[in-house]
Amino acid sequence: MNKLSLFSLLILVVRRDLVLAMRRRADVLTTLIFFVMVVSLFPLGVGPEMDMLRKMAPGVLWVAALLASMLSLGRLFSADYLDGTLEQMLLAPQSLSVLVLGKMASHWMVSGLPLVLMTPVLGLQFDMSIEAIAVLILGLLLGTPILSMVGAIGAALTLGLRGGGVLLSLLVLPLCIPVLIFGTGAVEAVTSGLSVSSHLSLMGALLVLALAFTPWVTAQALRISME
Amino acid sequence: MAINWFKYSAPTTFYGLAGKLIPWFAISAAVLCMVGLYIGFVVAPADAQQGEFYRIIFIHVPSSILSMFLYLIMAAYAAMGLIFNTRLSSMMASAIAPTGALFAFISLWTGALWGKPMWGAWWVWDARLTSELILLFLYLGFISLHASIDDPRRADRAAALLAIVGSVNVPIIYFSVQWWNTLHQGSTIKFTGTSMHIAMQQAMFTMLVACWLYAITVTLMRVRSIILERERHTKWITELAEVKA
Repeated sequence: MNKLSLFSLLILVVRRDLVLAMRRRADVLTTLIFFVMVVSLFPLGVGPEMDMLRKMAPGVLWVAALLASMLSLGRLFSADYLDGTLEQMLLAPQSLSVLVLGKMASHWMVSGLPLVLMTPVLGLQFDMSIEAIAVLILGLLLGTPILSMVGAIGAALTLGLRGGGVLLSLLVLPLCIPVLIFGTGAVEAVTSGLSVSSHLSLMGALLVLALAFTPWVTAQALRISME
Repeated sequence: MAINWFKYSAPTTFYGLAGKLIPWFAISAAVLCMVGLYIGFVVAPADAQQGEFYRIIFIHVPSSILSMFLYLIMAAYAAMGLIFNTRLSSMMASAIAPTGALFAFISLWTGALWGKPMWGAWWVWDARLTSELILLFLYLGFISLHASIDDPRRADRAAALLAIVGSVNVPIIYFSVQWWNTLHQGSTIKFTGTSMHIAMQQAMFTMLVACWLYAITVTLMRVRSIILERERHTKWITELAEVKA
């Protein structure tokens, strides 16, 4: 048996999860449709005044992205848990943290990236300026991976529990507040003519922190849930 | 004489010790609470700017302090339980959580009562209020995760991991919320001296100690019930006088 390098292991897991996701395209689409629908409900709820919508847009899009990522987190480990794949992953000689990182990455590509790509259209619906949309997309690009990674901890802890979905949101949403604050703060900064670098740098710092610690913590959580 | 520090880390011995300690903590908490409230409501003068309204701080400030410290203590106990696999530490963590959540709630409630006459609003989206609210959410997350897992061992370990992740996140949340918005008045008590009247200080510190003693009392009472519940199949429980009766 030839030894897998960590990187090729990561690619392997990401490819496997992406193939699985492509076989069940409906799951991917529901997250995206949920995101678009939640965002479209806000103007109906608060009224069509463009000034107010423009001010609300970054917050609405970010909160909708948060909720949409919660929605798909339940599926992150549950399918593998049910068919026994996860148990094999825990037994594998390779690093569980890297396997988990691969699953996080593919989860982001399936449920985070489509939202980011959809954002410009929704931003235009809310009459955001081009610079604001650009900063919003940059923030979402940095922030949505953090949501996937922090969410994975919650998904691993609530694996196989009754009412796991609601519990998952209860555990994960408070931990995602800094991402929300910096993401919307960056857009507010650019619309009021301030520099966005501080908000985006902090978001980048959070991303690096999450990248360093969450795969390991999630691996520990999986070991607790699976024993 | 060598003291065996680990003697009381076993639920068997700690159960008896906690039973002996509870009356002392309970009585001193009650006495100090009465003294503190007497100084606070009768002796301490009215504030120059806030009139009589400020007196709520004698409950508000101790409960805010307690809610934050109890989270750290809870996370420390939970981490000990996770690392050293000691049963009692995990039991202590789950015994502290409801008290911490209660203090967080009291602090928000009394803060709202004070905010209405002072700021003209029950609630403002200020940094300290918001982070206290998030702290309450973190407590509720810990309690509900623990409650939804049937196997107590897995519940302890999963909740412990959540508490550790939460306590790492608390400073990040605190500072991000602080940069977001700040209206709450800064701390009046500083290590370099204070601008408070001496009777106000005495009342506040008495109430703080009383709240600590209350927290210890109820935590010990709750941990005794948890021990009884989890060890109910063991022989020493069935031989306890209160169980036999």
